[in-house]
Amino acid sequence: MAHEHDVGFLESVAHQIRTLIIDTAHTAGAGHTGGSLSEVEILTALYFSFLNVDPECPDWNERDRFILSKGHASLGYYVTLALKGYFPTDNLKTFDREDSTLQAHPDMHKCKGVDYSTGSLGQGLSIGVGIALGGLKKNQQFKTVVLLGDGECQEGQVWEAAMFAGSKHIPKLIAIVDYNKVQLSNKVDENLSLEPFAIKWEAFGWNVLSADGHNIADLLSVLSRASALSARGPVVIIANTIKGKGVSFMEGKYEWHGKAPNDQEYTAAKKELGSK
Amino acid sequence: MELGEEIAQRTAFGQALVELGAEKPNMLVLDADVGPSTQTHLFGRAYPDRFIEVGIAEQNMVGIAAGLSTLGFVPWISTFAVFMTKRAGDQIRNSIAHPKANVKINGAYGGLPTGRAGATHSAIEDLAVMRAMPNMIIMDPADPREAAVCARLAMEIEGPVYLRTVRCPVPVIFPEHHKVEIGKAVKLHEGKDVAIISSGMMTPRALKAAEILEGQGVSARLLHMPTIKPIDIEAICDAAESIGAIVTVENHSIIGGLGGAVCEVVAEYAPCRVKRLGFPDVFLESGDDEVLFSRYSLDIAGIVSVAKALAEGGKKNK
Ligand SMILES: Cc1ncc(C[n+]2csc(CCOP(=O)(O)OP(=O)(O)O)c2C)c(N)n1
Ligand SMILES: [Mg+2]
Repeated sequence: MAHEHDVGFLESVAHQIRTLIIDTAHTAGAGHTGGSLSEVEILTALYFSFLNVDPECPDWNERDRFILSKGHASLGYYVTLALKGYFPTDNLKTFDREDSTLQAHPDMHKCKGVDYSTGSLGQGLSIGVGIALGGLKKNQQFKTVVLLGDGECQEGQVWEAAMFAGSKHIPKLIAIVDYNKVQLSNKVDENLSLEPFAIKWEAFGWNVLSADGHNIADLLSVLSRASALSARGPVVIIANTIKGKGVSFMEGKYEWHGKAPNDQEYTAAKKELGSK
Repeated sequence: MELGEEIAQRTAFGQALVELGAEKPNMLVLDADVGPSTQTHLFGRAYPDRFIEVGIAEQNMVGIAAGLSTLGFVPWISTFAVFMTKRAGDQIRNSIAHPKANVKINGAYGGLPTGRAGATHSAIEDLAVMRAMPNMIIMDPADPREAAVCARLAMEIEGPVYLRTVRCPVPVIFPEHHKVEIGKAVKLHEGKDVAIISSGMMTPRALKAAEILEGQGVSARLLHMPTIKPIDIEAICDAAESIGAIVTVENHSIIGGLGGAVCEVVAEYAPCRVKRLGFPDVFLESGDDEVLFSRYSLDIAGIVSVAKALAEGGKKNK
């Protein structure tokens, strides 16, 4: 555990996650590659440093809670959970197949380490608010972290949850937005702009921080500030990221939202990742 | 479109919208960030000024369409059936169905085939939800041709229509000038031992099943129901009275969809044995469409064996 805050170590974990995302998507012939690659450093910082969790006791009552509200990016999530030790990396070969614990969208009753089932966008923040509120009522100390997509923030329910948490000053609740500027069918700005984004969250009563979502050191320091601030009310981290990060021909392209690499693309992607 | 050719129903629907768009300048299409999946992006490319991308905001999409309809526009709203009918279910009920807004609803990715997206994306109960709403006409086309015919028919109706489309390729079974009548079954095979009533993408496989049953000495009447609501009460009662054993086959939960509708009619007007084939009150999961369909006997072999068992049981009872 001495490694846990060593940025170099975390970067190597992130690289491993990225490589396994490509492997897993290729084997399955399925998966949301773009949004999985954009969340890699965020998940690394969370699971390998920030979150107080124990893969040996996934249901430990005092654990920090994490909800992948952008549930379609399960691929990056499963790889992270596997490397963290929740289940063998070999299970990744069953991703998205019949009877797999690793369903296309995370299922809390099938996959160890998943705190809540997701897949329909816009619902995770409300669930996180409920968990944080429950923890408060029971006087528990855990933090609740919810990872949202930027396109997802077009859903009205996100803002209903934001209004509630802001107005009630719900503590120990941290939302992170994977601000990769791309959704399923287009760039977010061209479909429906979220801007001015930070101001919206502020107006809803949240503390707003921003981070370079691919810089582990920055993520760690912003997370630690968020943790301190969250004692008094909810905090959102707007993490600037690149959809498809790490594979040049996937970067910033909505075409790679829900697509897995074919053999040729796989070889090219691996070559790029290998040379780092 | 050739008979027997396998074409994704969603693509046929998307192309039909483009054709209709040329004829109907007041037609608009709205989608919630899934145009490349529902294939409404074809319309968006053809008529960028008449395509409205609302972002991932299904409830808002329904309300916008309701508002547009008051000015003489005929909006199609389109997203995955699972989100359309539940996330935006209240908006559809209270802003579309109750006020009889002239809005056409595409429930895409109906039933099991979702490109392996699993439980959260498989609309197993959309027909049940929509069927319970007054003023709603519900279409569940069998093949790519009928999907296009239904899209055109929806434009001829004044008021709300729910048109279900599926993601996967489906063989063309209907000829070029195929017509759909609201509330009228299409008899695709005549028989006396068992009646099969099917809708949507299950009809082409039910047709194959009826042909196989014929070869095995079981004669099956196959009724296809292009509209689940209104449903053809007369055709159901005739099958119940003259045959006495019905199998319903649908890409939907056995609760509240085609099977539910047939049972309601039969129980009230012409009691007989009904076996419902569909998803038995379970959520689906990720995996290959056909592997998963076969688990619920929703493949040709499954339909054959269930229909045969019912036909034989019926004979013994006589
Ligand atoms: C309610 C709902 N509507 C539509 C979808 C289909 N869908 C899956 S992912 C996606 C785009 C998400 O974009 P974003 O939130 O930006 O995620 P990311 O870029 O991180 O992949 C859409 C529309 C869904 N899962 N849920
Ligand atoms: Mg995005």
